[in-house]
Amino acid sequence: MEYFIQQLINGLTLGSIYGLIAIGYTMVYGIIGMINFAHGDIFMIGSFIALATFLILTTVFGFVFLPVVLLIVLIVSMLFTAAWGWTVERIAYRPLRGSFRLAPLITAIGMSIVLQNFVQISQGARVKPLPPQIQGGVTLIEEVSDHGTIAVQLSYMQMIIIATTLILMAGFTLLISRTSLGRAQRACEQDRKMASLLGINVDRTISLTFVMGAALAAVAGLMFLLLYGVIDFYIGFLAGVKAFTAAVLGGIGSLPGAMLGGLLIGLIEVFWSGYFSVEYKDVAAFSILAIVLIFMPSGLLGKPEVEKV
Amino acid sequence: MAATRTTAVAGQRPGNDLASSLKDAMIAALLVGVLGFFFLALRTEIATGGLEITTRWGLWFSAIAITFGVRLALNLFVFRTSRPITRAFSGRGAAVSARLPGLGKWLGIVLFIFATILPFFIITVFPAQQRQFIDLAILIMTYVMLGWGLNIVVGLAGLLDLGYVAFYAVGAYSFALLSTHFEFIGFWTALPLAGMLAACWGLILGFPVLRLRGDYLAIVTLAFGEIIRIVLLNWYDFTGGPNGIANIPKPTFLGMDFTRGDDGVAAFLGIQYSTIHRFVYLYYIIFLLAIVTNFVTMRLRKLPVGRAWEALREDEIACRSLGINTTNTKLTAFGMGAMFGGLAGSFFATRQGFISPESFTFLESAIILAIVVLGGLGSQIGVVIASVVMIGGIELLRNIGFLSNIFGPDFDPVQYRMLIFGLAMVCIMIWKPRGLVTTRAPSAILKEKKRIGADMVSQGEGH
Repeated sequence: MEYFIQQLINGLTLGSIYGLIAIGYTMVYGIIGMINFAHGDIFMIGSFIALATFLILTTVFGFVFLPVVLLIVLIVSMLFTAAWGWTVERIAYRPLRGSFRLAPLITAIGMSIVLQNFVQISQGARVKPLPPQIQGGVTLIEEVSDHGTIAVQLSYMQMIIIATTLILMAGFTLLISRTSLGRAQRACEQDRKMASLLGINVDRTISLTFVMGAALAAVAGLMFLLLYGVIDFYIGFLAGVKAFTAAVLGGIGSLPGAMLGGLLIGLIEVFWSGYFSVEYKDVAAFSILAIVLIFMPSGLLGKPEVEKV
Repeated sequence: MAATRTTAVAGQRPGNDLASSLKDAMIAALLVGVLGFFFLALRTEIATGGLEITTRWGLWFSAIAITFGVRLALNLFVFRTSRPITRAFSGRGAAVSARLPGLGKWLGIVLFIFATILPFFIITVFPAQQRQFIDLAILIMTYVMLGWGLNIVVGLAGLLDLGYVAFYAVGAYSFALLSTHFEFIGFWTALPLAGMLAACWGLILGFPVLRLRGDYLAIVTLAFGEIIRIVLLNWYDFTGGPNGIANIPKPTFLGMDFTRGDDGVAAFLGIQYSTIHRFVYLYYIIFLLAIVTNFVTMRLRKLPVGRAWEALREDEIACRSLGINTTNTKLTAFGMGAMFGGLAGSFFATRQGFISPESFTFLESAIILAIVVLGGLGSQIGVVIASVVMIGGIELLRNIGFLSNIFGPDFDPVQYRMLIFGLAMVCIMIWKPRGLVTTRAPSAILKEKKRIGADMVSQGEGH
């Protein structure tokens, strides 16, 4: 039982990171109906920016008070990663707006290759290790038996990740449901032509969608960096595929679906590695995706597509 | 940038030109400065006692300056002038493509004849680099075949498959395992078996995804591709895991090997032994396989099943209401595509002599899909052009030694290959969103043949 709870906590932490990336996929898909393959690499860019900022603050400027440092790192990496997201959209997707469907998919794959190789060349191919910054935690359950002590740990890092994700999700839901930007976004999602007739700047709304997705990916990048402590130019691919899987699992185009899908993928992965085998955790996640889609072809929370003839 | 560019083109005054161009170039340079700051100006290095930051201001400033210069030049001479210097070029391109339907047929014949004599052409014209060039020709031909195979699934049936490399892997591993476990199985016996096994896998993977559409299909096929790769990587006893399978036999010619001895092919044919013979032979094998793929596809397009594929691509609901069995149609498309992928896979195994899961990553699927889409979906000749441009292009980058004279001895062009590959994908797609060959003749006609313009064909919608 203790083991189960511990795995649950770990799964929720990992799932939060996937969820944050998945939101970027699902928003972009909702608004322009394309798979933004480069989004995983935007996440990777975010974690590199976070690492560089962290090093500048601690080694060059000599800041030591960790919460302030992390806050600055968070803001800087969100801003700069958002700039990357905007640029990718501007270069690779906007010229193809209204073109046929596979064209932006190919440029997205191209952009993903470009970003990976750009980072590999400019920052080197070796992994960058960062020693754990936030240590310690709370022991939730402790049980002493004949076999030794079993404890369920909730580390501060995990708390920060889950709390940040919750805050961002709440803020984000408010943004989509209450602000004029959110209304514009939902309008573009429903009917882009009608929205532009009603005076919504569609290009700007789409750009902002990419900017927000990239900013959330930057948060996920920072979390990933702090949680695992190692990053390289290739982390974006697998995380991106998992997050996209999460978005599809939850029903692509739906924000709560993306978060739910992310948590599910995180839990499946952690439980599978905990109880069965670590090697096949990705197989488990992908198989669950296939099975869910066979029985619910539009994902868990997605609206079924109605096709007018 | 987009807004300013379009307005400037629409109603510009000559006097305003330079000022707005300058402003735009400055914005672009500033953007590169912002984006490049953490990647060009700074570099995190592993040092003793943790990571440290090193700075490269020179690189950063030169990147900004180059962007400014290039953007300004582009603004002044291409984007914002009424007479862009590229106009002559693009006009000529349009003229060529207008005559393309007639040209395409001839181009196909010319390319076929050229491909037939290619090894002898290489041996006589470039004797010094014959091995390297024939190797490149084999590689390009392999991608042509894979492209044609995937074209059945994506181009004809309109099913977006992001995991095509799975079938390539199944074919390669089938041949490798059969030939290493059973003495009597050689390349030619294993080839049809590998094709059949891959086709079976195509059907097995096709079944669950029958109900899925568009991007859901794309992600599930991607997942299958990854599952197969992970299984190959971890099933140590059977596939050798990350170590792969080595000592895969070479193909034989009528049961004879390409060796120096008396029982070799050279002695049989009574010619001087040379190592190049085996490469020429490999080239003709893959050429034959590719031509078979093309021929089968072209014939299938004229059969009911091929017509059903194209109907499925255009409109699934209409297809079903006309009484076409969409299940069978989709499955045959998956099966056929997978079979050709499997055949290409066993050729890959025999050519390399060694395979490991490393060769079957998502990147391969992406490259094959890119070739199909860049060539123009459903166009057979487009696949050839795209393979030559993309695969030949990246291989050429290996040989640009003169750049090290400019950028110094540390400059290694090989590591820029994939970067340039990705950029080329983006640029070609933006330049020609429907692929290099866009017009195609309809396969079913009533009375007379009418050409379909690129904008009229809603091909490859993916559902």
